[in-house]
Amino acid sequence: MRRFNLRKLALAGLVTATLGLSALASAQTSLLNVSYDPTREFYREYNTAFQQHWQTLKGETVNVRQSHGGSGSQARAVIDGLDADVVTLALAYDVGALHDRADLIPADWQSRLPSNSSPYTSTIVLLVRAGNPKNIKDWDDLARDDVAVITPNPKTSGGARWNYLAAWGYALKKYGSEEKAYEFTRKVYANVPVLDPAARGATNTFVQRRIGDVFIAWENEAFLSVEQLGKGEYEIVVPSVSILAEPPVTIVDKNVDRKGTREVAQAYLEFLYTDDAQRLAGKHYYRPSNPTIAAEFADRVPAVNLFGIDEVFGGWKVAQETHFNDGGVFDRILSEINK
Amino acid sequence: MAFARRQQSVIPGFGITLGFTVFYLGFLLLIPIAGLLLYTAQMSWDDFWRAVSNRQVVASYKLSFGASFIAALINLVFGAIVAWVLVRYQFTGKRIVDALVDLPFAMPTAVAGIALVTLYAPTGWIGQYLDVFGIRIAYTQLGVVVALTYIGLPFVVRTVQPVLEDLDKEVEEASAIMGANRLTTIRRVILPALLPALLTGFALAFARAVGEYGSVIFISGNLPFRTEITPLLIVAKAEQYDYPGAAAIGTVMLLTAFVLLLIINGLQWWTSRRYR
Repeated sequence: MRRFNLRKLALAGLVTATLGLSALASAQTSLLNVSYDPTREFYREYNTAFQQHWQTLKGETVNVRQSHGGSGSQARAVIDGLDADVVTLALAYDVGALHDRADLIPADWQSRLPSNSSPYTSTIVLLVRAGNPKNIKDWDDLARDDVAVITPNPKTSGGARWNYLAAWGYALKKYGSEEKAYEFTRKVYANVPVLDPAARGATNTFVQRRIGDVFIAWENEAFLSVEQLGKGEYEIVVPSVSILAEPPVTIVDKNVDRKGTREVAQAYLEFLYTDDAQRLAGKHYYRPSNPTIAAEFADRVPAVNLFGIDEVFGGWKVAQETHFNDGGVFDRILSEINK
Repeated sequence: MAFARRQQSVIPGFGITLGFTVFYLGFLLLIPIAGLLLYTAQMSWDDFWRAVSNRQVVASYKLSFGASFIAALINLVFGAIVAWVLVRYQFTGKRIVDALVDLPFAMPTAVAGIALVTLYAPTGWIGQYLDVFGIRIAYTQLGVVVALTYIGLPFVVRTVQPVLEDLDKEVEEASAIMGANRLTTIRRVILPALLPALLTGFALAFARAVGEYGSVIFISGNLPFRTEITPLLIVAKAEQYDYPGAAAIGTVMLLTAFVLLLIINGLQWWTSRRYR
């Protein structure tokens, strides 16, 4: 009995030691990329490519771990201590919180990499059911009384903030005043029958529950839905004007300096701008930031008249404070709808 | 005090078990609650009042507490019937039914929410037939009640069951012999004996429903002012890094729930005295 216990103990010790050692070994060449939901497929392929690149360049094996979730909650997890080496989130506001709330990155983080630190971009499009039964052509149709619109709550979902700003920006450009833009956006949100807290839930509502006539979506997600859920089931309607969605990336300085992974983390992000990685982004229906590579994919993603968040809204911070914070424009819209 | 000392001498371990209880409750309950109050205390009274009395927040209190109350009432009635059937009758498959009752405890609430919405959505298995009659469950306040009823089901059954098992059949027979009809027996003999257990089950189901998040957000539609529950608003506040605001609403929920539970417990104590 006693011997058995000893052997068991020895075995347990051995297992623990091995686990500990392997943890140590991997700690030296392991990266954690904290990202948002729809980048799952892209980064799975990208990580393999980067591993090969790093192996041939340095002769080192690097192990990249991924974490996916809603962009805002992911940022909060990193602020609360999740050990991310790099973050690749849906909007600059969430990345900026890493500086504003926890001083994990410097204030000028967005100017450290090309194209506003967004190696790939996307835009907001409209997904409709096969045959486009409600004949939806552009943003204006979303304000019609007979159309039900599915989009998540911009208060809880980062992606949904792009949706909201795309609609607002369209109206502002077309009708020329803030009041008209407010009126238009209010009409669109009055047509929302279900307001999911996150983008994934909204996709389910539109696809599985078959609620709503039009789903406001990121272009890359819209293409994925069409591809995965059957080509005959949905159609993508590209609006005349939309927003340039820039999901930015950065290394998390405090974390990489503590873990000694700055060099590999930096290389990981810079590799996103190489031709191969840009093509990979294009393959996953993102818009490559490199114009030459983007041209190769021109027949896959249609040309849209895009406006930036800085030119129309004065940047994320202002947009957040004006529209989405408590007592902001979105709250006003909600309480007017529910008078 | 004299009472406590006498207990101590007869049943050993009073000191150590009480010490452990205080530590255990302090660690698990009081420290998190103190953290909540601490966050809230950072706000000025005006900020606090603005955060908790906003029209949208008030609408969510009404839904959260109202739907929880209705759900607990439904569970009170049907939970008592289920307990009655499980205790008083023998039938094949009884053990399976008995085990099924606990399922809402074990099932992840998100799974429950998705399952319910699959059933009750206008395109769902049940929802498509209800839709013909113009009854909508998913994405309405009714859906919130359905989800909260589901998660609260086991409480009343499990609190009433043991009491019912202890209730001798002879008492009912005596009541019948003395000339009471069935309704009178239920009203005058069975219900009074069950009342404390029913109230406990009701209180537990109600408290559980007030705090429920996972299953509701799938079926409610989450429309502000209409189908948005308070826990979702708290998450929304936290999502905007408004921790004091989230804590303030949390505090209001906590206090309200505490007062309501206190009242129910008081009722329970009163009824158990009255019918002794």
